[in-house]
Amino acid sequence: MALLHIAEPGQSTEPHKHRLAVGIDLGTTNSLVATVRNGIAVCLVDEAGRAMVPSIVRYHPDGTIEVGRSAAAAHATDPRNTIMSVKRFMGRGLNDVAHVESMPYDFVDAGGMLRLRTVQGVKTPVEISAEILRVLAARAEASLGGELTGAVITVPAYFDDAQRQATKDAAKLAGLNVLRLLNEPTAAAVAYGLDNASEGVYAVYDLGGGTFDLSILKLSRGIFEVLATNGDAALGGDDFDHRLFCWVLDKAKIAPPTSEDARRLLMKAREAKELLTASEEAPIKAGLATGEQVNLSVTRDEFAQMTQHLIQKTVAPMRKVLRDAGLAPEDIKGVVMVGGATRMPHIQRAVAEFFGQEPLTNLDPDKVVALGAAIQANVLAGNRKEEDDWLLLDVIPLSLGLETMGGLTEKVVPRNSTLPIARAQEFTTFKDGQTAMAFHVVQGERELVSDCRSLARFELRGIPPMAAGAARIRVTFQVDADGLLSVSAREMSSGVAASVLVKPTYGLTDDEITGMLREGVDRASDDMHARAVREQQVEADRVIEATTHALEQDGDLLNADERAGIDAAIAELRRLVSGDDPRAIKKGIDALSRVTDEFAARRMDKSIRTALAGQKVDEIQV
Amino acid sequence: MSVTLSTSAAKHVSDFMAKRGKGVGIRLGVRTSGCSGMAYRLEFVDETHDDDLVFESHGVKVVVDPKSLAYLDGTELDFVREGLNEGFKFNNPNVKDACGCGESFNV
Repeated sequence: MALLHIAEPGQSTEPHKHRLAVGIDLGTTNSLVATVRNGIAVCLVDEAGRAMVPSIVRYHPDGTIEVGRSAAAAHATDPRNTIMSVKRFMGRGLNDVAHVESMPYDFVDAGGMLRLRTVQGVKTPVEISAEILRVLAARAEASLGGELTGAVITVPAYFDDAQRQATKDAAKLAGLNVLRLLNEPTAAAVAYGLDNASEGVYAVYDLGGGTFDLSILKLSRGIFEVLATNGDAALGGDDFDHRLFCWVLDKAKIAPPTSEDARRLLMKAREAKELLTASEEAPIKAGLATGEQVNLSVTRDEFAQMTQHLIQKTVAPMRKVLRDAGLAPEDIKGVVMVGGATRMPHIQRAVAEFFGQEPLTNLDPDKVVALGAAIQANVLAGNRKEEDDWLLLDVIPLSLGLETMGGLTEKVVPRNSTLPIARAQEFTTFKDGQTAMAFHVVQGERELVSDCRSLARFELRGIPPMAAGAARIRVTFQVDADGLLSVSAREMSSGVAASVLVKPTYGLTDDEITGMLREGVDRASDDMHARAVREQQVEADRVIEATTHALEQDGDLLNADERAGIDAAIAELRRLVSGDDPRAIKKGIDALSRVTDEFAARRMDKSIRTALAGQKVDEIQV
Repeated sequence: MSVTLSTSAAKHVSDFMAKRGKGVGIRLGVRTSGCSGMAYRLEFVDETHDDDLVFESHGVKVVVDPKSLAYLDGTELDFVREGLNEGFKFNNPNVKDACGCGESFNV
C-alpha cells in the first residue's frame, strides 16, 4: 500500500502518477541516494538509519557480491577482490591512473578502459560502479515503495566525455534511467538554492574522504557555468585521520604497530577528529595487542597545528583556481562547503579567511550533493507544475572541435556553451577528386591538435569526385544534456553521411584539464604564431599541389625557360615550408604565383578553346 | 464533523512545515479519479479559501473544503513506517473498499 506525501499547493499528482525520481551522489569514498518528499529533499537511509554507502565492492568466490560497509572490512584480508575508490578508474586507461603499482588490484591492460581481475572474472570499472548503483536503487525502491522513473547522477565538473559516458553506462547496467548527469559543484549549489539566488560567482570547496575539488561557478540567467576547477586527487579527510594516527604513534612511543592495532588506532584517531568538531578536547584510548594501554588526549589547537600543512595544500589550489578564472577572492559571492571533512572548524576558518566571508555550512556537507541532485531529478521527472518549471543548464568544460589541414584545431563548440547544443560547420575537400575525408574530433583550448585531447576519429567515404574546394561537407556536433557528444558529417550534394558517438577509450586527468585550460591562456601568443605558420604551410602545400598537377596536364604550354623558372620557384617554396617563418613562406607562395601567372592564363585560354571546339557560336550560353 | 491528525502525523507535518519555511497548515481533500473512484489529496496550504473548514489538531491547522469533508468526516491522518518506506496514511471510516495501492477509494 502506497503511503502519501504532502505536495505543494495545487500540485497533488493523480493516483499512481507521481514519478519517483532520485538523485545519486556516486562518490569516490561514499555514495548516497536522495529524493524529494513532502516538499523537502532528503537522503534515503538503510535499516540502521545510515545514509552513506561506502563505495566499496567485494566479489566473493561463490558468486555473491557485497557492497558498502560490510565489504569494507575485507579490504585488509582480501584486497584483490575488494575494490575501493573505483571512481578513479572510470573511463581511464591504465596509463592515466597514478600509482597503479602501489594498488593491491590485479589490473588487466586490454587497451581502452582498464579492467580488474577478480575471483569472479575480469571486471570493468563500469560494472563495479553498477554494483554500487544497484544497491542505491534497491534502497530507493524499498523506501519509496515503487519503481524509479529516473535518476540524476552527479559527476565531478572536470569529468570528460569518457568518464561521463562510463558513468552513464554504469547506470544503464544497474537498470537506472539517467535523467541527467549533473556536475557535483552545481548540485551543491542547487541544494543551497543558489539557482534562485541573485546572479554571481560562487566557489564550491569539496573536501571528501580522499579527494579535494575546488570549483568556481558562475550563475547567470539560471545557467551555471563552470569557470574553473582545481584540486588534489590525493587529499582528503583520510589524510587528517592518518596525521593524527601518526601523532598518536609518536606520543605513545609505539613501534610499528601490528596491522590490527594500526586499524584500531586509526579508527580511534578518526573518532577523535570527529569529536573535535564539537568539543575542544578529545580522548584517544585503546588497548594494544601487547597489552599496553594508549591513553591520550588531543586538543583542537594541537590537531589544527599538526594538520596545518594539509590545510595549506587546499589553499594553493584556491589561489590557482581564482587565477585561472581571472578573479580575486572578493569577487566570490558565496562559498559552499561539501564533504564531511569540511566540518573541521579549522578548515572552515581557513576558507573564511581566504574568501573574506563565512562559508555556507548549514546543510550536511556529506549529503549536499545528493540533495541537489534529488531536487534536479524531481524537476526533470515532471513532478513540478509548468509555471514552476526551471531547468538547470550545464556547460561543456572544454571546447570541442576538429582537426583541419596542418594539424590545426577548428573549434566547433566553444567551451562554456550551454547544454544541450548542436553546432554545424561546413568543410570542404583539399584535393581534386577527393572521395573520402577523415575527421578527427578533439577537445581542448589550444590551436594545435597535438596540444589537445583526441576524442575520436571517423571517415566519410563516397564523396563524388569534385574539384578541390567544391564539395560541401556539413559537420554537426551535438552534445546532449549530459555532455555526451556525437559528431556527424554529410556531403550536401550527394547526401552521403557518416557519424560517430564519441566514446573515447581514455579520459583526461584532472591535471590535464586544468593544465589545458591554463595553457590555452598562457600560450595564446605562441599558439597564434604556430597557427600562422601552419596556415601558410597548408596554403603553400595547396599551391604546390595545384601547380604540379597543372604541369602534369599542360606542361606542353611552356617553353624550357619558363618551365625551369616555375620548377625553381616550387623548389624554393618547398624549402621555405620546412621553416617556421610565416612571412617567408607567404613570400614564397607569392613568388610562385607570380611566375605561374602567364601559365595560368594560357591554360585558361586552352580550356576555353577546348570547351568551344565543335560548337556553333549561337549554342554557347553566356 | 472533524478531521484529525495522529500525534505522529502532527509531529511530522510540523517538521516538514518548519523545513519548508512557510505555509499555514495542510489540506486534506478528495477528488474523483483513480482506480477506485476517489483519490486523496494531501498538500501544504499557503492560503485558505473562504468556504474552507479549518480544524486544529495537535497544534497543526488542517484545512478541508466542504465537498471533501463529506467523504473525510472522522478521518484520522496517520504517519507510518513500513520497512524503509514511510509516509502518511488516511484512516477513513467512510471507505467501503480501497484499491490495493491505497491512493484511491470508494464510499
